[in-house]
Amino acid sequence: MKHVQTLNTKRLGCGECQT
Amino acid sequence: MIHQYKNNGYNIVLDVNSGAIHVVDDVTYDMIAEYEKLQKDTVIENAAAKYPKIPRDEIREAYDEITSLKEDGALFTPDEYEGRVIDYTKRPTVIKAMCLNVAHACNLSCKYCFADEGLYFGKKAELMSLSVGKKALDFLIASSGNRRNLEVDFFGGEPTLNFDVVKELVAYGRSREEESGKKFRFTFTTNGLLLNDEIMEFANKEMDNVVLSIDGRKEIHDMMRPKHDGGPTYDTIVPKYQKFAKMREEAGKQYYVRGTYTRNNLDFAKDILHMADLGFHEISIEPVVAPPEEDYALKTEDIPVLEEQYDILAKEMVARYKTKDDFTFFHFMIDLEGGPCVYKRLSGCGSGTEYVSVIPNGDIFPCHQFVGKPDFKIGNVFTGIDREDIVTEFKGCNVYTREKCRSCFAKFYCSGGCSANAYNFTGNVRGVYDVGCALEKKRVECAIMIKAAQAAKDAQEAQES
Repeated sequence: MKHVQTLNTKRLGCGECQT
Repeated sequence: MIHQYKNNGYNIVLDVNSGAIHVVDDVTYDMIAEYEKLQKDTVIENAAAKYPKIPRDEIREAYDEITSLKEDGALFTPDEYEGRVIDYTKRPTVIKAMCLNVAHACNLSCKYCFADEGLYFGKKAELMSLSVGKKALDFLIASSGNRRNLEVDFFGGEPTLNFDVVKELVAYGRSREEESGKKFRFTFTTNGLLLNDEIMEFANKEMDNVVLSIDGRKEIHDMMRPKHDGGPTYDTIVPKYQKFAKMREEAGKQYYVRGTYTRNNLDFAKDILHMADLGFHEISIEPVVAPPEEDYALKTEDIPVLEEQYDILAKEMVARYKTKDDFTFFHFMIDLEGGPCVYKRLSGCGSGTEYVSVIPNGDIFPCHQFVGKPDFKIGNVFTGIDREDIVTEFKGCNVYTREKCRSCFAKFYCSGGCSANAYNFTGNVRGVYDVGCALEKKRVECAIMIKAAQAAKDAQEAQES
């Protein structure tokens, strides 16, 4: 795209991630 | 829902429900603001009138790019989560993280201490016994369901006042890992006074993270974090922290130097940069949360000054990116590619549900900030949870049950803020602490801007090579 740069490709459970 | 803002020369558009973040040119930025409100021809006419030097074809091209983003689910994405929140509130939860207050005692008299100089409003100092600590770890394992990763933070007061018990509890936890199928992640927080080679070596072997308390410049630190006799502490702790941080960096281990800023240092960006100049690369500083009558408490009128400080810090971090003076700031850390799923983002820290705090007599509280508030005692490690009504109240804390959060662009980054701060300022764990809320929104905006600036720098480097 010429007018837009998108910073991230991924878009928004197991409960294992850190608190 | 989208959020548009300009920062440090970047036009940034956040698509709240998908998490997509775009940096756009001026004409696209203006058309996005009108895209959902006006007809296509009107949007293009308005842009052509404002930008007469831009060819009409190019304006149409920008409009089509906006349409393409929407069709790809990266702009104006609908909310698919709110309708499921009732089920979410009734979800079964397991405890997988624990703050272990191994010492209700402290060797400092920090003026802003929420823990009443470590006593938590108790009448005398108290150290956790090994038997209570072991029972707490047993309780955590038994309460963790099928979770494999368990987290234990040794806290206080000052945990180095009871470090023999800390060491024995780490050994006990490790001894239970294999048979229980669990993996412990141990961390601890210290004021640094008692740090010595033995503690550092033990921490480097067993602790995944250590938090080292320091408020920044010497005069600021010594004013707010004196010894009991009022004596200074900065000169004692800084050389220890520098040695400890270097050891951990060489070992590939995490650490944070972490401070608190107050009304005495509204220019707190200088304190962060001071810590960076001392050689620390992982830094955090928190706004003080204090009763409004305290002379060091932050006031609503301070918010513009504080926001400007975050801007100053963000620009400096961009300037230092990929240089030897580069550093990370906890509140600007944002993982745009590998961040957590929406379930995690809805409720944040999990206080009272996935995360609890245990004090020296074994009593359990929703988190360390609720310790010392008798109405929030939810059980004891020897007898289990006996206040399911309080746990249920905390299960209901999420960005959709806080009215102000529901329509906020930052909800999936701040997760609704701190329940303890909300309770202290509004009397309701589902309330919102307004000063903290304003500062968090600013930090999210700065964090995203830094990502945009880093991407631009990376692209420029790639082009030059």
